[in-house]
Amino acid sequence: MFCNAEHSFKWKYALLGLLAGMFVFALPPTAKAEYADVIINNYADAAGMRPVVFPHWFHRVRFRCKVCHADLGFQFKAGGNKITMAKIIDGKFCGACHNGEIAWSVENCNMCHSGIPGTPTHIHGSTVQRLVAPPYKALNSK
Amino acid sequence: MSQYMKSFVGAVALTMVASTSAVAGSGVSGAGAVSAAQLLWMSADVSSANIFNRNLKKEKDPNAPPPESGYHDPENDGTHILQPPKEAYVGLPTTEFGNHVDWVKAIDQDKLSPRWDRFDSSEEPFVMDLDIVREVKASVPDVVFPHRQHTEWLACANCHPAIFVPQKGANQINMSAILLGQKCGVCHGKVSFPITTKTCTKCHSKPKPEDWSPPLSDATLKNPWR
Ligand code: HEC
Ligand code: HEC
Ligand code: HEC
Ligand code: HEC
Ligand code: HEC
Ligand code: HEC
Repeated sequence: MFCNAEHSFKWKYALLGLLAGMFVFALPPTAKAEYADVIINNYADAAGMRPVVFPHWFHRVRFRCKVCHADLGFQFKAGGNKITMAKIIDGKFCGACHNGEIAWSVENCNMCHSGIPGTPTHIHGSTVQRLVAPPYKALNSK
Repeated sequence: MSQYMKSFVGAVALTMVASTSAVAGSGVSGAGAVSAAQLLWMSADVSSANIFNRNLKKEKDPNAPPPESGYHDPENDGTHILQPPKEAYVGLPTTEFGNHVDWVKAIDQDKLSPRWDRFDSSEEPFVMDLDIVREVKASVPDVVFPHRQHTEWLACANCHPAIFVPQKGANQINMSAILLGQKCGVCHGKVSFPITTKTCTKCHSKPKPEDWSPPLSDATLKNPWR
């Protein structure tokens, strides 16, 4: 049925992939990351949505960490809060602000769901991610 | 000792392989078309592994706009509406790492005043000015943990008691744990400033006494050839 459309789609992706590949070889992989952006993809991909990109820098211009990590109960772990749309429209997590009162409302799906499909949950540009080798083990550590 | 021998033997073996391949290469070239196999052999003449930087990763443009970030999808319309960080950072004090913004100075100099309360922009944080000094065994300066800068951003409950028991010296901390994302590394290296050569002295900020020298290891003290 959609055979043709799908084919041209695949070609487009193949070409894009090739271009992206050339780019990756030309540049180190971490060349353009904004420090502390969180990609959240526990469920999004599986439900046919792009992963969520949460920008810390943008939010910390407006709020102290305490607002989210103490008052709203976000734990310090990428993907660790098991956020779902049901919780969000219930006023929890992102939904505590993205409700049309404090920030734009939840129907703006693609403002949050803006990640490249298939990107795993992680925090971008972190020190652990940038290490050449794993951290050392102290001699006296048990 | 034996390790050096092995790498010496290895190097000799490699040179031999390389020179035989050069011979094989020139032998085939008379046959006309350049085969893929020959290209492979020829490229084995000199190792292509000797690029100048093997493992160095440098940030070319640390504050790229979302469509160029590498993890935002440029095919998504919303991506192009998101704010480019550089636009927002104009006028803020800068650093050479992380977001390239000095978030502590930005607040101290009243350039930013992020909300402490979700609704009420006039609510002030409960700032506590208490420095905790932790002596470090190594030659790097001792660590000063400043409560002031932390309580500007965080509630006591963000750290006490889950990450740190609120008692001086009651917590075991070392660099390995921090780099793995524990203790100070819960935040530093992820959202607060990262752990790199340029940030060591932010934490390691209290110089050692004049007469301090690093303790000698047992192996040195007991070294029979010393
Ligand atoms: C304020 C940000 C935000 C907005 C706006 C938003 N989402 Fe989400 N959404 C999230 C987060 C965070 C998750 C969790 C992602 C994960 O773990 O994969 C999520 C997860 C999902 C999931 C998978 C989990 C589930 O609940 O089934 C779907 C599907 C989804 N969103 C659809 C939508 C749709 C459709 C819209 C627009 C009507 C929308 N989202 C708007 C933040 C948002
Ligand atoms: C607007 C809300 C908000 C603010 C403000 C905020 N964060 Fe976060 N933080 C989040 C979200 C959302 C996540 C991801 C949680 C998830 O994926 O379940 C997160 C994750 C984290 C993580 C976990 C990283 C990891 O993978 O281990 C750390 C550490 C963190 N934040 C520190 C901070 C610090 C420090 C500040 C203040 C400078 C701050 N956050 C401000 C919402 C916020
Ligand atoms: C404490 C309140 C708060 C929470 C919680 C919160 N946000 Fe926001 N967010 C805001 C505000 C305020 C804005 C700016 C709104 C505006 O531009 O009108 C914003 C803007 C954004 C933007 C757009 C940034 C830009 O470039 O314009 C994204 C994306 C976003 N939030 C994602 C999220 C996601 C995903 C979550 C949950 C994981 C979340 N936010 C949780 C307050 C919050
Ligand atoms: C960023 C994390 C963090 C925050 C936030 C924080 N603390 Fe601490 N606190 C520490 C660390 C680290 C120590 C030192 C522990 C050690 O030396 O083992 C400490 C030590 C203490 C001590 C022990 C001092 C002593 O001399 O024994 C007290 C009391 C304390 N904190 C109270 C507070 C209060 C009250 C707040 C909120 C206003 C607060 N802390 C916020 C990390 C934090
Ligand atoms: C819960 C998160 C958190 C933990 C844990 C934490 N910090 Fe911080 N720290 C911050 C934030 C947020 C700032 C503000 C500056 C920033 O974001 O880069 C900060 C700032 C600092 C500063 C001040 C830098 C300046 O410019 O004045 C020092 C020094 C520091 N931290 C040391 C430590 C040490 C040492 C530990 C462990 C004992 C530690 N921090 C644990 C979140 C944390
Ligand atoms: C976020 C704060 C922070 C930063 C940044 C930091 N350190 Fe540390 N460092 C500590 C703390 C805390 C300890 C433990 C001190 C103690 O023994 O109580 C420590 C311990 C050490 C030790 C002693 C050995 C060990 O593992 O305990 C060395 C060496 C060291 N740091 C080197 C460095 C170097 C090099 C850098 C820069 C790449 C650096 N540190 C950056 C906080 C930091």
